[in-house]
Amino acid sequence: MPFTHRHMLGLEGVSKEELLYLLDTAKSFKEISERNIKKVPTLQGKTVVALFYEASTRTRTSFEIAAKRMSADFVNLSSATSSVTKGETLLDTARNLAAMRPDAIVIRHPASGAPHFLAARLECPIVNAGDGAHEHPTQAILDLLTIRERKGRLNGLTVAIIGDILHSRVARSDAFALNALGSSVRFVGPPTLLVPELRAWGDVTTDLHEGVGDADVIIMLRIQLERQGKNFFPTVDEYSRYFCLTQRAVARAKPDVIIMHPGPINRGVELASDVADGPYSVIMEQVTNGVAARMAVLYLLINRPREADIEAESGTQAATEAEAATPRLRRRVG
Amino acid sequence: MSGDLLIRGGTVIDPASGIHARRDVLVCDGNIAAVSEKIDNEGAGGATVIDAQNCLVLPGLIDMHVHLREPGYEYKETIETGTQAAVAGGFTTVACMANTDPVNDSAAVTEYIRERAKAAGLARVYPIGAVSKDLKGEQLAEIGEMHCAGIVAVSDDGMPIMNGGLMRHALEYTAMFGLPVIVHEEDRSIAADGVMNEGAESLRLGLKGIPSAAEEAMVARDLALLARTGGRLHIAHVSTAGAVELIRAAKRRQSPVTAEVTPHHFSLTEAAVAGYNTHAKMHPPLRAEHDVEAVRRGLADGTIDAIASDHAPHHRDGKEVEFDRALNGVVGLETTLALALRMAEEAKIPLDVVIAAMTVNPARILGLPLGTLAPGATGDVTIVDPTRRWTVQASRFRSKGRSTPFEGMELQGQAIVTIVGGRVVWRAEGA
Repeated sequence: MPFTHRHMLGLEGVSKEELLYLLDTAKSFKEISERNIKKVPTLQGKTVVALFYEASTRTRTSFEIAAKRMSADFVNLSSATSSVTKGETLLDTARNLAAMRPDAIVIRHPASGAPHFLAARLECPIVNAGDGAHEHPTQAILDLLTIRERKGRLNGLTVAIIGDILHSRVARSDAFALNALGSSVRFVGPPTLLVPELRAWGDVTTDLHEGVGDADVIIMLRIQLERQGKNFFPTVDEYSRYFCLTQRAVARAKPDVIIMHPGPINRGVELASDVADGPYSVIMEQVTNGVAARMAVLYLLINRPREADIEAESGTQAATEAEAATPRLRRRVG
Repeated sequence: MSGDLLIRGGTVIDPASGIHARRDVLVCDGNIAAVSEKIDNEGAGGATVIDAQNCLVLPGLIDMHVHLREPGYEYKETIETGTQAAVAGGFTTVACMANTDPVNDSAAVTEYIRERAKAAGLARVYPIGAVSKDLKGEQLAEIGEMHCAGIVAVSDDGMPIMNGGLMRHALEYTAMFGLPVIVHEEDRSIAADGVMNEGAESLRLGLKGIPSAAEEAMVARDLALLARTGGRLHIAHVSTAGAVELIRAAKRRQSPVTAEVTPHHFSLTEAAVAGYNTHAKMHPPLRAEHDVEAVRRGLADGTIDAIASDHAPHHRDGKEVEFDRALNGVVGLETTLALALRMAEEAKIPLDVVIAAMTVNPARILGLPLGTLAPGATGDVTIVDPTRRWTVQASRFRSKGRSTPFEGMELQGQAIVTIVGGRVVWRAEGA
């Protein structure tokens, strides 16, 4: 099943077939980055606008390289330099951008649902580059791409996700996708950063060693240093005492375990240096795959056939939720 | 007087008098003159006849919790537009919260509100004064002075009173005037910067949650304070099953506590937030299915006394933003009645109970001589066609506020005539 969504807002509700199609598309783009001349004319004459309301080097650069390798024009607006700091609302900023007819808007925003807000109001395809604590779909796609390259499959795996689950958009996107693909997820972290409802998505444990036991894949999350001021844990030191992935902990996992991290790493906090640089680490492969994943997403959204519009009307939950006008009602079943 | 009205052929539901039967109602000189099985034209002395066949004839409805936004936020609502919305929704009386600008923490503001309401000449408006100066939760407002100017309760609604010592003194001090303290129960340190109910939905949407415990902890604190202080406590917009249970237990101990529920809390769950719908963002937040069931049961068994809209109009700019930044609150005056009728049918709650929650019960809580059709009572009457079907369209509201989670919903039952002091102030199209 081809991927026909109008926007890339999240992976919740995206089917296994659609995910595999995305991954196959990304895989086919990987080769471009290996060439001597790393540029194809696929998106020539198209404009991609990046609207970043949060600091980001890696994700923004990855999108920029992805767009440029396909010959799209890439315009970068970060909140520090734009009218955002002059008090313009998100809607006004987006409307103004849309009036300049971009072919896609890539948005990162601290508020969950900000990309959905734009998607409900603008014609142009919206790519979520991370919204609050909600989703970070292109990160999950690159994670899946990396896992598939190393493991040869995406079903039947045990994946431990470790760290600040509650606030992590990476954890959500990875969990939605891995569940759809038939792998099982384990969430590991301090009780303050887990919630009981997580059990609907996977196993939950506060014991690092138990959590990584027999894992095929370990996904470490970056711990936000400011959480310690909010009493989620006493100090970073104490956090790392219980949740830093060390060689000793890794030994509990499967012998061919791979270790991933969305970056940037806090060395010695959530990830011991020797593990980060060790043989299990595929962190640099993730970065490489990030470009291919974003190329695939931009390509599929911008080159989306018009007739797909009709199909998407009755499409998956993610698509319909995004496209619904804001004033909508979920009636209580009475 | 030529303005006399004979409301003929309707079903009178007047819980205060224990009447639920076909009756004619005669309103003379602004008061209820007679309620009996048959009043003929002669007995009515040339009164204007209103045909109420197949309609419910109710004491004028009372909404004890609205925000009219004036003074200070006239771009959101004015006393005139707010009372237009009230009478269109069947409400003859509203009590308005103190979070205006300036805050209603002085006799001057109280008097201003009453004058503006009088000038509008639609629904009766009873101001609620602030508990604390400027709603800051630090120092008691001049409650006695406002009492003289006509407030019917005090409340820091919207700004839960974190200072337990202040709350204690507020309960003690208001006892001198017989004024209830209306509380918005939320421990702000527990709620933190949450924007919706904490649970599966907040996890899925990546929005910060407000756990039920934030409300329940404050309800428990205030019920504990009430035991020694005297005074009367009224708990606004109860939203959680745990809060209902705490109130039920307190009432069993004869504690002087009353409570209200909003139509959105008895009609909707947190699922309405899906898609980051800012029209489903309110404070307290929409809760889970079992909470909805609990507030309905609470209403049915008398734990919850009143239905109140928490009508909270905002300018659309306040809702056309990211969910985290959207303002709390929705309008309710024009949908409350139909939602209450719908809920009564769904939850199989007798109509008398629901009507009492919108008439005599709020009247008693606020000490108003209203909420009944007993002969001699003030001539406030709401005539409802319970079969009239209509679709919620915010664009047609009289209120300036257009944010409702019920947009597009098909409802049944509408106020077709609203009478305040013997004067018809609202007549629906085609009625």
